[in-house]
Amino acid sequence: MTDISQTPSNMGRTEQTPKGGSLLTQNARTRKRNAAEMRFRAYGIAAIMVGLMMLLVLVTTIVSRGTGAFQQTFITLQVELLESKLDKKGNRNLEDIKKVTTFGYAPLVKGAMQTMVEDLGIETGLKSKDMAGLLSKNAVAQLRAYVLENPDQIGETVEFRFLAQSRVDGYLKGRVSRETIENDKNISPAQLDLVDALVAAGVIEKTFNIDFIIGSDASDQRPEAAGIGVSMMGSLFMMLVVLALALPIGVAASIYLEEFAPKNWLTDIIEVNISNLAAVPSIVFGILGLAVFINYMHLPMSAPLVGGLVLTLMTLPTIIISTRAALKAVPPSIRDAALGVGASKMQAVFHHVLPLAAPGILTGTIIGLAQALGETAPLLLIGMVGFIASNAPETLADGLLSPNSAMPAQIYEWAKRADPAFYERAWGGIIILLVFLVTMNTVAVILRRRFERRW
Amino acid sequence: MPTFWLVILLGVLAAAGYVLGRKRALASAGGDAKALHSLPGYYGYHVGLSVLIPALGLLVVWLLAQPMLIESRVSAMIPPEAVPESTSRSLVMSDVRRVSEGLDIAVDQGVLSNRDIRSMDIKETDLRTLLGDVGVALGAEVRPEVLDAARSYRTLSHRGQWAMVVSVLLVAIGGLGLSYRKSQKDFRARNVVERAIMALLITAASLAILTTVGIVLSMLFETRNFFGLHSWTDFFFGGTWAPNFRGDSDLSILPLLWGTLYISIIALIVAVPIGLFAAIYLSEYAGPAVRAFAKPLLEILAGIPTIVYGLFALLTVGPLLVRIFGQGENGILGVDWMSGATSVLTAGVVMGIMLIPFVSSLSDDIINAVPQAMRDGSLGLGATKSETIRQVVLPAALPGIVGAILLAASRAIGETMIVVMGAGAIAKFSLNPLESMTTITTRIVSQLTGDTDFASPETLVAFALGLTLFVLTLGLNVLALYIVRKYREQYD
Repeated sequence: MTDISQTPSNMGRTEQTPKGGSLLTQNARTRKRNAAEMRFRAYGIAAIMVGLMMLLVLVTTIVSRGTGAFQQTFITLQVELLESKLDKKGNRNLEDIKKVTTFGYAPLVKGAMQTMVEDLGIETGLKSKDMAGLLSKNAVAQLRAYVLENPDQIGETVEFRFLAQSRVDGYLKGRVSRETIENDKNISPAQLDLVDALVAAGVIEKTFNIDFIIGSDASDQRPEAAGIGVSMMGSLFMMLVVLALALPIGVAASIYLEEFAPKNWLTDIIEVNISNLAAVPSIVFGILGLAVFINYMHLPMSAPLVGGLVLTLMTLPTIIISTRAALKAVPPSIRDAALGVGASKMQAVFHHVLPLAAPGILTGTIIGLAQALGETAPLLLIGMVGFIASNAPETLADGLLSPNSAMPAQIYEWAKRADPAFYERAWGGIIILLVFLVTMNTVAVILRRRFERRW
Repeated sequence: MPTFWLVILLGVLAAAGYVLGRKRALASAGGDAKALHSLPGYYGYHVGLSVLIPALGLLVVWLLAQPMLIESRVSAMIPPEAVPESTSRSLVMSDVRRVSEGLDIAVDQGVLSNRDIRSMDIKETDLRTLLGDVGVALGAEVRPEVLDAARSYRTLSHRGQWAMVVSVLLVAIGGLGLSYRKSQKDFRARNVVERAIMALLITAASLAILTTVGIVLSMLFETRNFFGLHSWTDFFFGGTWAPNFRGDSDLSILPLLWGTLYISIIALIVAVPIGLFAAIYLSEYAGPAVRAFAKPLLEILAGIPTIVYGLFALLTVGPLLVRIFGQGENGILGVDWMSGATSVLTAGVVMGIMLIPFVSSLSDDIINAVPQAMRDGSLGLGATKSETIRQVVLPAALPGIVGAILLAASRAIGETMIVVMGAGAIAKFSLNPLESMTTITTRIVSQLTGDTDFASPETLVAFALGLTLFVLTLGLNVLALYIVRKYREQYD
């Protein structure tokens, strides 16, 4: 505290004062106080450093573990489309060709694999079945789809790029090594030797994987084929619903509260309500959605429409709060001038105040949307997780009503699966999600800088 | 999707109404807009709104009320002896809805005709396989009462749908006709339109109240059902959480509450010192350049979705903690205290990171609100900067900071994804932060995901948990806002 209160205990020092006490030399007490000052300051710097370091750790973790998902290992293979297997009657009748299941295509792939290994002169003790085991389980389906599309190619030899199975992919990315696969039934050390040889021969290579960005989720067995594209569409449709509902309702509510509402108990209740809704845990909105939209109104489970409605209720307070701030920032002189030349109050608001507040409203809306885009918890309760939507929706009604997932829900789904290959997918999905969020926030900041007027 | 087309049709009618109303008003003034009471557009808006508002209002009310009315009518048709001992009426009703849905699909695909359905005898037709073929899986054989109920459910729904389309269109056309006749030059169109818009604005503003009422009512209703099936003393005062989907579960909130509070406390222990010191440094020491750089960067942490933190907890922090505290000889400390990646500490630390910017930006605002004169006075008496902060600024800002911490605590209690992924699933009372424990929010998620049966206490308990969570966070928020507001008034 102050020196005065401590005088009795400082008798020794007071005796010295006449002699020493120069301002230029620090006595022990000053040094102590200055040291305390430095310590306090260092705590502050340390706190900020810790915070920033956490951010750095988080970002580097995401980037270092997620970028792998954008690359995928492919095996290039010449497959002879044997007529004897695919079209026994030889009449190229599509109905007959369709009868051959994926099971019937497996020998072709095995044969192609064996021929390739023999042509390259690689010594391996593996059977052709184990060689084909390097390929994804997707390969036969891909082959069949190709043949059904181009039946005229039967009998010829076609070059295919097949996905390698996730262990091979992990081996090339350093996730899988000979030590980690000791108890792994999916791959053997001999197979990894073959992979090494094939990489040297240029048959196996790692390239950019567009299917991760535009593809659909795949089953537990095929992490290499999983993509986030379809759930991105689910998120997009939810955002459309949120935009279509939350923006008009939020703006209307803010205009009333800011411009017209009389000061009475009802508006007080509404205001307290909105500030409290902004702080209600998001999962409670999920419970509301489940009880009202699904259990009572019987809207379809897992539909982006329901997700959008729930997120609308969640985003409304955010949009209302920022819209009210934007309306408040428009100076009263604008309203007075409009009223002065004979506009009605409604005209003054809609013709003059609202256009001036539009950039602020837009910024708030984008930030609200970004918040809704990253929200997961309420989506779990309305069932937007735990199944695989295989096709991108084609029409608006389909997109709104047919079951789908959303980006964060898809990431959660991948994180829950046992195979570590899916973790890479989850981090990769987070990169995409964060790219969206960063873009939206940047647009919001630019809009604010570019159009915001200060009076 | 007749409702969709109905709405489109209403939009078209309203647009036509706008053109017609405007034209008629102008014609009544002989083409001279100055002779009109309002601007010509207002006459158009008047007709357009008269088409839309009553018709859309009726549509919404109808859509909300129809399922309820049909449900109660059909439910009353099922005789009590048709409800088997082990299930409840609502379960039978969900069967009824599924069968009727399946019949609809079958008719759409041309497998059945409406006449087939009317004359169908359940003893002769295997309805379950038939509906299975069109893609509607049923759990059990269809009983005759259920088929009867489904039939009338279907006819009632269809009739209701047509009645809805017809009455909504009638209301819309009626509105069009009436308002069209009124579109004369002396009609005060602007006043009427503005009153209607005002009503719309008020409706939008009351939606906030409606949401809260919806939250409270939906949870209260299901919670009442839950307490009808399960004793409330066990819920509030029991000691174990052991849901068992065959019935006879122990469902007590206390172990969950303990897990929630323990994780929140650890999160606050991480977040409060870091956040508070960061706020103090940013507001009292940092120059404008550091502030402009560090503050937005810290706030990025608040904008990152919680799923990212959840993944970070599960895949990075959890395994790291296991390397430190677990794995016996191979671990960093050489101890074996921790077995799995999910633990109270994992979730708490990550949640703490998430809360840092929350605490720091709130405290920053509050410290900035302390009047400069108080600092100047203290510095003038010879105190150092840190002494000023500790002995003058912080005591003055204390109520506000307490409010900020309470807000952060309410955030921590309601946080879901981090605990779902990082905390584990075992409900117990334990002081060991390296064990996995579970929270209220994780249990809500696990009880309500997957196939839920709204008649069993194991599902309904989620609503009671949700209500508790809502009350808890609401209480903390109201308290915090009250403290912050009171504090602000002190210096304004």
